[in-house]
Amino acid sequence: MMKSKLECQKIKKGILSLLFLGIFVAALALQSCNQKAKAAAKDKAISDLSIYNLPSKWTNQNGQNIEMKDMKGKVLVMVMIYTSCKAACPRLVADMRNIEKRLPENIKDKVQMVLVSIDPETDTPKRLKAFAIENKMNSNQWVFLRSTEENTREFAAVLAVNYKKVSPMDFSHSNIISVFNADGELTYQQEGLGVNSDPTIAKIKEEAQKIN
Amino acid sequence: MLQAKIVLFSFLLGIGTALWAQETPMVSIKRGAYVPLYGTTDRKPVAIAAFEIAAYPVTNAQYETFLKKYPEYSRSKMKGIFADKSYLSHWQSDFNYGKNNLSNAPVTNVSWFAAKKYCECQGKRLPTMDEWEYVAMADEKRIDARTKEAFNKYIMSWYEKPKTYANPIGQTFKNYWGVYDMHGLVWEWTADFNSIFLSGESRKDKDTDKNLFCGSGSVNATDLMNYAAFMRYAFRGSLKARYTTRNLGFRCAKDKVALVKTIQNIR
Repeated sequence: MMKSKLECQKIKKGILSLLFLGIFVAALALQSCNQKAKAAAKDKAISDLSIYNLPSKWTNQNGQNIEMKDMKGKVLVMVMIYTSCKAACPRLVADMRNIEKRLPENIKDKVQMVLVSIDPETDTPKRLKAFAIENKMNSNQWVFLRSTEENTREFAAVLAVNYKKVSPMDFSHSNIISVFNADGELTYQQEGLGVNSDPTIAKIKEEAQKIN
Repeated sequence: MLQAKIVLFSFLLGIGTALWAQETPMVSIKRGAYVPLYGTTDRKPVAIAAFEIAAYPVTNAQYETFLKKYPEYSRSKMKGIFADKSYLSHWQSDFNYGKNNLSNAPVTNVSWFAAKKYCECQGKRLPTMDEWEYVAMADEKRIDARTKEAFNKYIMSWYEKPKTYANPIGQTFKNYWGVYDMHGLVWEWTADFNSIFLSGESRKDKDTDKNLFCGSGSVNATDLMNYAAFMRYAFRGSLKARYTTRNLGFRCAKDKVALVKTIQNIR
């Protein structure tokens, strides 16, 4: 008798906590969805194809929290990398540096060079900062970003960049440099390593001249 | 005292039923490990943590309910960056899947973004590719039926069958875990579909590609199994997140660990 009563209470407790959990989870889910809906309504000026439709939050190499939207108004040149990469990334990073070097001085303040980490676990803001200094990318021209794994996966999906962790320290990833116009619309993609950057630079200039 | 308890209990029961009523049952998948047919260079097993997966893909009716709640994802409001032009193109209108589609047929012509948002709005997520493949290797009786000839023949024969996407959910076999329609109905989005390399753009996966294409001498169960899996991976590799196609749907999944932890915390 005692035992069955105890068990009954246990079960009730279980049901109770399950129900509370259910309500809690449902409330959480609804909240996040409503927030997204609100955010979308607020930014009506953003076009359908703009990356600024993405509500995700990021942290830069200085530890500041930013949203992609905060870069609105500039031409973005973006690449996805990870700092512990030994094979393809140094060349991708070199490609980015070469592009930046060849930009005319008068448009540089209209262009933002952005490197997004696909390894947010390892690439802390501190590490990104060190990487920036090491690679002489420490001016305001350069932004290094990291976010959650989920946001990173979503952002990669927008860029059509594929990546996969193949070992604890290594990723496979697409070698794509993307150019976004001032409204956050994808206008050009350079694919491959060490390819001729002329068309990329031409596109950046063209988009930068549209600003003002 | 007893009366109060009964009242409280039935009140909670009511909330509970309301909460779970319209939802697809979730099936528990125990943790385990398996060697995927693609994606590991060293052929080492991949660990799968315990999780939950929906017993069926999401249906037209369920998706319609979702759109009525979140109209920003309806056909005419959907942003171009999140879905291409064929998004829900087989539906009659924004909030009506129409007479030509069964209410309990899987919703298709949905992009990865749309599928992801749907699951998030239910407090869930898309399954990872490894989770999906782990569940999909089970037949009625075994956790891993990948080397069974009949199982592979079944999958291959589905790949040849046209228009299975119009069928209702739950008509294919119930697998070891109690999950339906992993094969035989529609292809499904996974959270990390964009982690496939088949075009040779990456340095590491080239060997794996070769492995996939090898062994064409005779067709045995292993070749069939490789071929079936290759079809799925190649299909995923060809997708972009905003793409929508008529034979591609989705189902949701959920972490298990968090659930257990939360219950323990409440106690």
